[in-house]
Amino acid sequence: MRYLPLTDADRHDMLGVIGAPSVDSLFSDVPDSVHLSEPVDLPAHQGELEVERALTAMAAENISAGSVPFFLGAGAYRHHVPASVDHLIQRGEFLTSYTPYQPEVSQGTLQYLFEFQTQVALITGMDVANASMYDGATSCAEAALMARRVTRRADVVLSGGLHPHYTETTETLLKFLDSTIDVLPPDVEGEEDIAAHIADGTACVIVQYPDMFGRVRDLQPIADACHDAGSLLVVVMNEVVALGALRSPGDMGADIVAAEGRSIGNPLNFGGPYVGLFATREKFVRQMPGRLAGETLDVDGKRGWVLTLSTREQHIRREKATSNICTNSGLCALAFTIHLSLLGEDGFRRLAAINHAKTVQLADRFAAAGIEVVNDTFFNELTLRLAEPAEPVVDRLAKDGILAGVPVSRLRPGDAALANLLLVAVTETVTDNDMDRLCAALKEAA
Amino acid sequence: MSDLKFSKEHEWVRLEGDIATVGISHFAQEQLGDVVFVELPDVGKQVVKDGDAAVVESVKAASEVYAPVSGEIVEVNGELEDDPELVNKSPTGEGWFMKIRLSDASELDGMMDEAAYNDFAASQG
Amino acid sequence: MMEGDSTDTFTGNRGLRLEEPLIFEQDAPGRSGVDLPEPPPVQSRLGGLDREDAIGLPGLSEPQVVRHYTRLSQKNYAIDAGFYPLGSCTMKHNPRLNEKMARLPGFSDLHPLQPEATVQGALRLIDTLAHWIKTLTGMPAVAMSPAAGAHGELCGLMTARAALEARGDARKRVLVPDSAHGTNPATAAICGYEVEAIPLTSRGRVDLSALKAALNDDVAAFMLTNPNTCGLFEDEILEQAHAVHDAGGFFYCDGANFNAIVGRVRPGDLGIDCMHLNLHKTFSTPHGGGGPGSGPVVLSEALVDYAPLPWVVHGDEGFRLVEHEGDAAGAAPYGRMKAFHGQMGMFVRALAYMMSHGSDGLRQASSDAVLNANYLLASLSKELSLAYDGPCMHEVLFDDGFLKGTDVTTLDFAKAMIDEGFHPMTMYFPLVVHGALLMEPTETESRESLDQFVETILHLAKRARAGDAQAFHDAPVHTPRRRLDETAAARRPILRWRPDPVQGEAAE
Repeated sequence: MRYLPLTDADRHDMLGVIGAPSVDSLFSDVPDSVHLSEPVDLPAHQGELEVERALTAMAAENISAGSVPFFLGAGAYRHHVPASVDHLIQRGEFLTSYTPYQPEVSQGTLQYLFEFQTQVALITGMDVANASMYDGATSCAEAALMARRVTRRADVVLSGGLHPHYTETTETLLKFLDSTIDVLPPDVEGEEDIAAHIADGTACVIVQYPDMFGRVRDLQPIADACHDAGSLLVVVMNEVVALGALRSPGDMGADIVAAEGRSIGNPLNFGGPYVGLFATREKFVRQMPGRLAGETLDVDGKRGWVLTLSTREQHIRREKATSNICTNSGLCALAFTIHLSLLGEDGFRRLAAINHAKTVQLADRFAAAGIEVVNDTFFNELTLRLAEPAEPVVDRLAKDGILAGVPVSRLRPGDAALANLLLVAVTETVTDNDMDRLCAALKEAA
Repeated sequence: MSDLKFSKEHEWVRLEGDIATVGISHFAQEQLGDVVFVELPDVGKQVVKDGDAAVVESVKAASEVYAPVSGEIVEVNGELEDDPELVNKSPTGEGWFMKIRLSDASELDGMMDEAAYNDFAASQG
Repeated sequence: MMEGDSTDTFTGNRGLRLEEPLIFEQDAPGRSGVDLPEPPPVQSRLGGLDREDAIGLPGLSEPQVVRHYTRLSQKNYAIDAGFYPLGSCTMKHNPRLNEKMARLPGFSDLHPLQPEATVQGALRLIDTLAHWIKTLTGMPAVAMSPAAGAHGELCGLMTARAALEARGDARKRVLVPDSAHGTNPATAAICGYEVEAIPLTSRGRVDLSALKAALNDDVAAFMLTNPNTCGLFEDEILEQAHAVHDAGGFFYCDGANFNAIVGRVRPGDLGIDCMHLNLHKTFSTPHGGGGPGSGPVVLSEALVDYAPLPWVVHGDEGFRLVEHEGDAAGAAPYGRMKAFHGQMGMFVRALAYMMSHGSDGLRQASSDAVLNANYLLASLSKELSLAYDGPCMHEVLFDDGFLKGTDVTTLDFAKAMIDEGFHPMTMYFPLVVHGALLMEPTETESRESLDQFVETILHLAKRARAGDAQAFHDAPVHTPRRRLDETAAARRPILRWRPDPVQGEAAE
């Protein structure tokens, strides 16, 4: 078997050194009744060719986003990633390296994590960021836990503009922790008054920017209301490319930013692996979950980096840890860092400008075609109100080779008021031709 | 400093009137290594004997510091915020953690004097 | 004389070892490594929230970025380059076929919320992987969504708590062995449980009588790693399972060490109720410098109904995703662990690995893993102090007794290994042994590699005993950076680059 270096001669010799009659004898501690004598009932080993054939066939059953006009967002936005990114992350020293617990042989990883942390702090307008979380939703849930620790209060208020998966993930993480979670109804019209929900026990308010309906709102008043009440403001972002065009949450008083970073550097991957961003203010740094790379000097006085503030983490604090997180999203964070390094200030701003401009163009086309766009402000996502339920429309269009968007009912089923709503995202990958086809197809449905 | 009393958790107490100054022992700071951060309780907090009072962090470990006596926290050592090294350099002096107004002076009776504590610490290593 | 610590070149570079500053120190305003067209002129619809100020990102060209990250990569150790004898990490070879398959556009370029009719192949892959996992573990169900091992632990414990509450039997405590990995008590705390530790016997296994004494109707679960963190199979596990079930609790198994028994022992046969797997350990998905991982959780019949959303079902009309409780056909999921479905990219890799090995290959892999570890035990135990008598499973535990009186600590020993071209083994874990050295070779190390490792360790042990402590204290000397000041990093944390305030405009 190609991945197993030991030969039968090796095995025989090694048993001799060990002084054991057989490999089975090394398993003598396993009770006989549970020690299988035969391999389990699964196919036998196969060469690369056969495995490729089988998996390629499975892949071929799917319609990939790049093969058709594609307008899905709702928490995952398709962007073009430059070719160098994937090449660099596949270098063995990145791909197959371990967590940088031995800093002397991990300066590559530690330096890029430090760069990543800096980039995240810069784009979000915050003081410090960690070395990544699993995804935006778990980042959001961890932000709620952190706010409870910082404020020593138990309760959380969740905006009706928060992605339902994020709401569910946050509710789940807090489920057994004696916390009241106030979930506001879906904020389709952008009229929610979340400040009115802040109470004495509120640890934090969590809003999304842009929200799940695409809407963009000034967060400063919400931040002020939170701070007046001694609560924290957590700002969630699903689409961080927006930070190239919008004021940062840090600029508007956010205490914690919990975001999905996957838009930069990483493919859609059918939902994972993704990369959670987590950023906060200097004063809260010791309450921040996740890994942190910190700068220091070695014995020769040379600058280098180490994992730091680890005493917050599970392997040391155990039941008093800030979180149980062990793994971060290393390679995805590297891809993010490389892509953003390639973009730079000008490239990132321009990328965001293109996304927004195309979305404006599509919004104008919809208006001209008599298709109702619900959100008056947006970065790169529109909420359409169709004349009929959106899900069958999307299914029909899919058969015609157009991936038209995400019906809100996919995220929130069983709510008649939402059934006709369709979320349409536009990125730099969308062409004029794509927009023409979508408009024409939806006009028929509207 | 023979006026110090010690607990089995390696805390020391220096009593002045009804105020007990509390810190960790030389042995404890040695075991911990370089102290990087100290999390102190709020002034006004009520603590109970053997309950959680503070946390002392080194690079590799974080240790609970328990209240060796019950009472109210009347003062904490603000110097430790900028200079956690004081715990290593002067554990029974400038590296003090907190001052507690005792609610029950008899709790000191069960604590070790310096000589007894030194024997105890030697047996732990 | 310590070679290698004085730099006598003009650049500070040493041959192929190249110094590299931060990207922020290579900025030229206006420069970019991506060519993008002019955006069409439009009226902004950003609600007056257009960004006014600069972000502060540096501008570099593509050649500079490629060179930068290439140089960074050259400062990393990796499995591709050498051996990592890290206990409980299972640092095995990462097959490149896995990478190729994960990058097929038909897998990587799929949006999680596309209409199900357009992603049947992806759902089929998840279902197929689930089938392999269930068969290998002998369990009826698997929750695929947890993103990593610790996340899977949380899933397992939450499922157990949901099941207990559903039967009106909420309990408050979780039992964990003294030797447990730190994620176990941290996870229990997030589930609202108090943690109680169970001691080990002198044989390094959980003390069964102590376990039985601690079990009562207030214990929700017992969390065990098997093989355990001392590298030993818990030979009384069937009795442990019995005792836990008799007390009405659930038996959680941390599957980090599954590599020792995959294809030979099924956790389902041991009475386990829930167990997480680490696809990035046992099933070869790459560690990537710290992630991403994937931690699916297998579940017993008693827990199936409470598994988190979403999951894949296979019906007459193909594959479907169950994403909402209303769609869950009577099940009572406790919630959702993350956005979307799970770590699909790691699923593809793990399935490619499993299909490549096949049932016979997986059994051979665990056999070789255990053989390799026992070979290390036999070869090293004369010089090093073995913590527990063998045979061990896939990893072997030593303590620092052999260094007594040498003034060389386990840490110093590890740093000397680095100079010899090895990543150190796991150190100071488990905590039940003093100055622990936990070594896991995995099945993908050749005999030649192990022999070189053994000879090196024996050489270093002899050197330590010969009194050469200074050399160990100075190590490593051949690495791009020598020992780094972790105290300063923790006392005054510098967690990001900032522009020099004297020179330029502030970044924020």
